[in-house]
Amino acid sequence: MEWDWAFVREILPTLLDGVRLTILATILGSLVAAVVGLGFALARRSRNRIFAKGIGFFAEFIRGTPLLVQLYFLFYILPDLGLTLPPLVAGVIGLGLHYGTYTAEVYRSGIENVPRGQWEAAKACNLTVVQTWRHVILPQAIPPMIPALANYFIAMFKETPLLSAITVLELMNQARSVANYNYRYLEPMTLVGVFFLVISLISVIGLRALERRFGRLR
Amino acid sequence: MDQWSGYMQLILQGALTTAQLTVLGCALALVVAFIAGLGRLSRSFLVRAAATAYIEFFRGTSIFVQLFWAYFVLPLLGISLTPLQAGILALGLNVGAYGAEVVRGAVQSVGREQYEACIALNLTRWQCLRHVILPQAFVLMLPTFGNNAIELLKGTAVVSLISLADLTFQAQVVRAQTGSTMVPFLTILVLYFVMASVISFGVRGLERRLTRGLDGMRS
Repeated sequence: MEWDWAFVREILPTLLDGVRLTILATILGSLVAAVVGLGFALARRSRNRIFAKGIGFFAEFIRGTPLLVQLYFLFYILPDLGLTLPPLVAGVIGLGLHYGTYTAEVYRSGIENVPRGQWEAAKACNLTVVQTWRHVILPQAIPPMIPALANYFIAMFKETPLLSAITVLELMNQARSVANYNYRYLEPMTLVGVFFLVISLISVIGLRALERRFGRLR
Repeated sequence: MDQWSGYMQLILQGALTTAQLTVLGCALALVVAFIAGLGRLSRSFLVRAAATAYIEFFRGTSIFVQLFWAYFVLPLLGISLTPLQAGILALGLNVGAYGAEVVRGAVQSVGREQYEACIALNLTRWQCLRHVILPQAFVLMLPTFGNNAIELLKGTAVVSLISLADLTFQAQVVRAQTGSTMVPFLTILVLYFVMASVISFGVRGLERRLTRGLDGMRS
């Protein structure tokens, strides 16, 4: 089958529509993951052992099961319980929850990487809990987390095609519908691949810059 | 309750397909990871460039896109694959690209003195790699390989979208036939989690076995 440039020009606007939704889903998903991850990380530090263990197991469970199944779960089961979500919202929650379990580990290691002496110094200076976190711990813990978090957000971006399975009209879904309608798979599928590759390569360069700027979490 | 046993059988068949995909995909990924990972450390510029291109390409695009490409576009180029073959190929190559970086990192993290010892003993490059470097590097790779295997297991859910009857696909079938969503999906979530736990348990056991002989050799 020959590569057809005229067909490429014809489908490009539709695909770009999909690109917009893909990027929107990634950004919203990243925000949810950043918040949910912090919640998981703090919950696992809770002094209530049973609560901390329970949350730990829940996070482990989410990390051990496929995102696609979780998306189906959110999309098909919540309506049975009386909560109907638009596809995009269900998708963003799914992405955010799934990657939240990963970002939780980033937060955890970031916080644990702050040397004990800093906690003791804060106590010696008679800082309150809030002051300790606000002025001593977080300013040291957050910068090394940034590249690691960005890494997971790039990974999430590459998982957004899964949203097409729950009828979100993002890039992959647009490409599939165009392909099925015209019965030409070569151009749409390849363009989707090229698009993801280009964005990923650009974001990897950005990631390297972040790593140089903030250092690496070990 | 009687009807459920039939549906459970469907789901178990799907579990078998998923397990098959995971095992074969991991086997392919392991081979590819070593070839590409060692390729990145090659002395030849061409081999290095090829390995880097492969790794960046497969890490830069998502598994979903690669799978669809393998299933829908490769036939147009004259290579027809069954859904199972396409699934194994895409999963193996995708996870292999991540594995290659693990291989590279582990080989590079083996201490310089080990290489110097190889030279002092007059081992060839291959002997050095086979008998000195890899046995030590492999232990370092194992934990990350375990995580990659779990990622691959999770990736297998995507093959349901190219009509391969894996766990997720069978759950959809059961959902369509019974109208019940909660039961099939909760069942397969638990099954996936059990499989992931088996992998991480197995890898931890293997790690214990392999590190046994290395005690005292590493500080």
